[in-house]
Amino acid sequence: MFGTAVIVFREVLEAAIIIGIVAAATHDVPGRKRWLAAGLLAGLVGSAVVAASTDAIGAFASGIGQELFNAIVLGIAVSMLAWHNIWMSSHGAELAANARHVGREIREGRSECSILLIVVGLAVLREGSETVLFLYGIAASGNGGTTPMLAGGLIGLLGGIIVGYAIYAGLLRIPMRWFFAATGALVLLLAAGMASQAARFLIQADILPSLASPLWDTSAILPEQSVPGMLLHSLIGYDAQPAGMQLVFYVVVLTAIAAGMQWAKRPRKI
Amino acid sequence: MKSLPLIALLLPVAVFAADADYTLVIKDHHFQPAELTVPAGKKIKLQVENRDPSPEEFESHPLNREKVIAGNSRITIYIGPLDAGRYPFFGDFNQATAQGVIVAK
Repeated sequence: MFGTAVIVFREVLEAAIIIGIVAAATHDVPGRKRWLAAGLLAGLVGSAVVAASTDAIGAFASGIGQELFNAIVLGIAVSMLAWHNIWMSSHGAELAANARHVGREIREGRSECSILLIVVGLAVLREGSETVLFLYGIAASGNGGTTPMLAGGLIGLLGGIIVGYAIYAGLLRIPMRWFFAATGALVLLLAAGMASQAARFLIQADILPSLASPLWDTSAILPEQSVPGMLLHSLIGYDAQPAGMQLVFYVVVLTAIAAGMQWAKRPRKI
Repeated sequence: MKSLPLIALLLPVAVFAADADYTLVIKDHHFQPAELTVPAGKKIKLQVENRDPSPEEFESHPLNREKVIAGNSRITIYIGPLDAGRYPFFGDFNQATAQGVIVAK
């Protein structure tokens, strides 16, 4: 039961952290609860579909379909987060000026919300499909221990949700002055971490060279399976034994989004 | 998404690359062989065949790999080039029994 709880917790944690940050970053947008719920629901339905088609996805592109699928899903999420951050930067001055009365553009920020809906949906899709497969495997094996295993799954699920909520609640306590800077930084690191994961899948598929494998090994000091390791992995993309190419992707995406944010912030002549 | 054109460009290379082939079989939530010896310093094309009806996930922290294998199917996973040494791996969905190690010599 404990083992099940840990596995489900790990899968749920990543999605929960992403949802927590996205929910905080959009907390002023009216109707975002509906958008978040829709993203969550779409992600859950999607993860069941993905889980059911594991075989077909895996067989695609001479056996590297799973890696391509994951890399593409991560790539889309990275683009969405990048767009969100750059968009927010271009409205940063306006937001800081009337923090209490958020600009009309954000109030009517429907397009903005649909982008975050996609991010939430994709996060749930990726992590959820593995959880579905895992729990399905337990249920299918049907050897007595099903009930405690499913109870473990429930505990893991709750644990993940609690951490995600804690991050959300914690972010909302940040004073308004620093709030957008803080959520912006988190979204930036989240995107860079996802890019590094996408690189890992492309290396695994033998599409990209690893460059150095591993570039460093901190698994003895801070193993990725430990709770702090898992949190850092989800938050900033920590990897105990990363390939060189992962760092290249991380730095390139981080720099590109940061540059985009600076560019969007530039003073405009009216 | 910047990498997409790159992927398309490199696909043919991935298809034609000739790498050393190795196979692992999953049966009753055990890996067979539980210890697989491969040459060090070479890229390895590892086939994992799941003969169980339930899905499994091949995972290894030292190899930095994870891949889901549906029930009764097989997948390909590229590893290495590895330095000489032992690289443990496990089946994430059945960790109690599904344990193994790749030994690079």
